[in-house]
Amino acid sequence: MILGRRLCIYLTVVLAWFSLVGVRDLRGQENPYMVAYDHNLEEPGNLEVEYFSTFGTQRGGNNFHSFWTEFEYGATAWWTTEFYLDSQTTFGDSTVFTGFRWENRIRPLKNEHWINPVLYMEFENVNGADKILKEIEGHDVESDFLAPNAEARKEKNHEMELKLILSSNYKGWNFTENTLAVKNLDNSPWEFGYALGVSRPLGLKGSSQKCNFCLQHFIAGVEMYGGLGDRYSFGLHDTSHYLAPGLAWNLPSGWTLRVEPTFGLNQNSHQFMLRWGISYEISGFGQKMADLFRGKP
Amino acid sequence: MKTSTLAGIAALLFAGLGIFGVVPGRTETTERESVYAELAKVPEKFKNKPNPLANDRDAAAAGKVLFEEHCEDCHGAGAAGGRKAPSLRAREVQEATPGTLFWILSNGVVRKKMPVWSKLPEPERWQLVSYIKSLGPREAATNKAEKP
Repeated sequence: MILGRRLCIYLTVVLAWFSLVGVRDLRGQENPYMVAYDHNLEEPGNLEVEYFSTFGTQRGGNNFHSFWTEFEYGATAWWTTEFYLDSQTTFGDSTVFTGFRWENRIRPLKNEHWINPVLYMEFENVNGADKILKEIEGHDVESDFLAPNAEARKEKNHEMELKLILSSNYKGWNFTENTLAVKNLDNSPWEFGYALGVSRPLGLKGSSQKCNFCLQHFIAGVEMYGGLGDRYSFGLHDTSHYLAPGLAWNLPSGWTLRVEPTFGLNQNSHQFMLRWGISYEISGFGQKMADLFRGKP
Repeated sequence: MKTSTLAGIAALLFAGLGIFGVVPGRTETTERESVYAELAKVPEKFKNKPNPLANDRDAAAAGKVLFEEHCEDCHGAGAAGGRKAPSLRAREVQEATPGTLFWILSNGVVRKKMPVWSKLPEPERWQLVSYIKSLGPREAATNKAEKP
């Protein structure tokens, strides 16, 4: 009941954004990845509002539902910035707000290449109850999530996360490889992780008629991600890994729906998670904000 | 951290970015010349690349749908120019080779706010080229004419 009410509040806030700024149809072309990033940035001036949700199983404890909202803004054609608000519900426990993140992605090369690097920097201010599992790093394992919310949320994490994203588009396919390094600013060692992804639209040609169910609107893919230990114990021991096939449906009306069943690959991983997300791209958001502050109608 | 503080940070962040993203630049004429000059910078070996969908009768129609979904917001209805991007009916664009337009679509002009469209599969990019080339020149349709 509480969960349902909170979800309604979340979605109402998101929809309120749309009615405030006014919207135009604009089809996104989003990949199904939930964790991996490719080199495609947000179009300049556009704001994409995204809601994501993860139902996760927990051995030895209660299953959970984590959810987060992203505001992704194309500051320029080579710089995308994103703000996250994270929350989670642990069944039989409580629902808690777990913190915020601010990420930036910068494309250093101006043209398209065989391999396109993107530099990623993120600051996280989250507490120990955070369960969005947006990245797996270091020696993250399933048993880390056993602590009750009241206890876990006392732990404060201020982290800086750096990623090198290497991504290619070739004949409709996207291949991406992310390596990440995370530093807890409270004097913890660097931790490392990876994410790999491959995806492709089901149709490569556009249709001459507007349609919701044409194959080119569906992008299927699979991603794999996990931890690589830390500075003092680099490697695969005591790390968790996941494999996740996914599907994105980019509707011509500007909405994108994503679903991704996720399977743990070893005993340290959550055995199963179901992730899904819904997003909407608001075209010309930057221009509207500028007009608002300049007093234009 | 208090919820009100968080809300304040978020509001400031997006308000600031909104202004940052649309700082007024040079005059329209200079901007226009500068934007179209990008067409001349396309590497020679790509300029002569033929459109593999040149004989596809549906290509322009499909390109029109794609244009309305991805490009119209910046380039305006019918590609006649908008607030954020120039007319694609200009002589400079219409006289450019299909390979030139394809290269610009694939690589963008990221320093001048034109995003990279390599995320669209190649056939869709060629469909867009077919549509743009099907429009023909209409010099009168400049950015200025489209402004509210």
